[in-house]
Amino acid sequence: MANKILAVLEQRDGILKRSAFEVVNTAYKLASQLNLEAEAVVVGNDVSNINDIVSYGIKKIIHLKNADLANYSSSGYKKAVVDYAKETDTDYIILSNTSLGKDLAPRIAVGLNAGCLIDCTSLDTSSGELIATRPIYAGKAFIEVKCNSIKKVITIRPNVFKAEHVENPAAADVIIKEITSPDIKTRVVEFKKSEGKLDVAEADIIVSGGRGMKGPENFHLVEELAGSLGAAVGASRAVVDAGWRPHREQVGQTGKTVSPTLYIACGISGAVQHLAGMSSSKYIVAINKDKDAPIFTIADYGIAGDTLEIIPVLIEEIKKIKSN
Amino acid sequence: MKIAVCVSHVPDTATKVKIGQDGKSIDQNGVTYIINPYDEFAVEEALKTKEKIGGDTEVIVLSVGSEKSKETIRKALAMGADKGILLKNENEFESFGVAKALSTEIKNLGCDLVFCGKQSVDYDNTITGQLIAEMLGYSCITVVVKLDIDGNKIKAETEIEGGREVVESELPAVITTQKGLNEPRYASLKGIMAAKKKVIEEKPVKSSEKMIEVLKMNLPAPKQAGRIVGTDSSAVPELVKLLHEEAKVI
Repeated sequence: MANKILAVLEQRDGILKRSAFEVVNTAYKLASQLNLEAEAVVVGNDVSNINDIVSYGIKKIIHLKNADLANYSSSGYKKAVVDYAKETDTDYIILSNTSLGKDLAPRIAVGLNAGCLIDCTSLDTSSGELIATRPIYAGKAFIEVKCNSIKKVITIRPNVFKAEHVENPAAADVIIKEITSPDIKTRVVEFKKSEGKLDVAEADIIVSGGRGMKGPENFHLVEELAGSLGAAVGASRAVVDAGWRPHREQVGQTGKTVSPTLYIACGISGAVQHLAGMSSSKYIVAINKDKDAPIFTIADYGIAGDTLEIIPVLIEEIKKIKSN
Repeated sequence: MKIAVCVSHVPDTATKVKIGQDGKSIDQNGVTYIINPYDEFAVEEALKTKEKIGGDTEVIVLSVGSEKSKETIRKALAMGADKGILLKNENEFESFGVAKALSTEIKNLGCDLVFCGKQSVDYDNTITGQLIAEMLGYSCITVVVKLDIDGNKIKAETEIEGGREVVESELPAVITTQKGLNEPRYASLKGIMAAKKKVIEEKPVKSSEKMIEVLKMNLPAPKQAGRIVGTDSSAVPELVKLLHEEAKVI
């Protein structure tokens, strides 16, 4: 019998997250390349869109169900997944490198005595074995790594792997396994949504502000520009450390590493650690007074002028285009 | 109670990374090393916890690394930690090996509470804290921005996509720390002088079998500098046109 790959899918409030479909489709592709059997597993209580998985390739879906597992519980989710993986002698486990995936993956790895390939941005099987590429130093360098243990736990960076529909998907086989007496020693009791509309880690467009914004009172311009584009607001370390913006918005080596389709840097000169965190963005726009600022060395387009004067005009021009 | 803090000696975040001769690691020439920034929050939280609990609570700093890691241990001692232990191994960089060495020592010491930074800024591994916890059978809460420990009970807030989760658990536990949890104190002159006198215990540890093998290290493909379309707001229409028609991103 072929070895198995198990896609562990993330749900929140009973809905599978976008990253779950990336994981399903990646597991499906790896399964065909490495001759594995692919299954998906969801831990939670009621999950409404579980059948949507099937159009991404995997036909067998295991729902590990218990009312106490509706919210994330690191101990409970780990035990549920590890027990199932042991029962079915699964060799490969794959998750998304989200907050939940990062938290859970190493625990599963210890439970299965598996090596852990985390935050992979590419998975290559052309040599017959799995070689992963992952960024280190927040993207200043990449390493190619392989896992020598028989059991392997892999996490893939969100927004990097495509979730593609397969042609003529077969009907889904959803198997519900009730989990009795889950281990919920550690559990989430509440979620506090942050005020910002969008998280930089999940946004397709990011508008970031730095010291060139001159003060926290001018960040409404960054927010308006972001609003006109449906973008998330980001910030440089300098303005976070100065207390102008909350840390959750920080982009860079001690903040978040992002790779949106469009990154607009406003009044950010581009310290090495900031560039590391955003240089893999598809398109970069820099607006900065200093034409010699390092940010221009990686920007696709730039305006070397006064940020505070330029942003209002930019907002107007974008609104014009959007209304057409 | 004994509290362990795990710290890592890492290249400064301002480092421009170059590939070393082996093609698998960075060129260490001219690189300045610092305490891993997230570990400073771990040290601070351990000290705050000690101040709160009082009694004979002891904060022990642990690091796996070479002789040079003593600098980082000493930094934590200068902030106020009581004792330092270097688990000496020049070649152990893999999280599993590091976690194994740390968890073995933590078990020997009998620490019920362990603090680690939520990730190292070199290999960006976000797993060491969880590995230690699982190896010890401890609870673990990661990416913590708020922490309350009351007797045996832990209530913490952790940072996730779009907000914070409130997590409840129990000691013994490993907590991984995120920026925002606290404001790490500066070492006082007195602290720095006292740290010089504190003995850092050295214990050699064996390398573990490698689960993950690094085959190659590469630098990202250099990005071509793009176009500066102007020097004031009159260039905005041109910029928007490029984004709309050429890049097709808006």
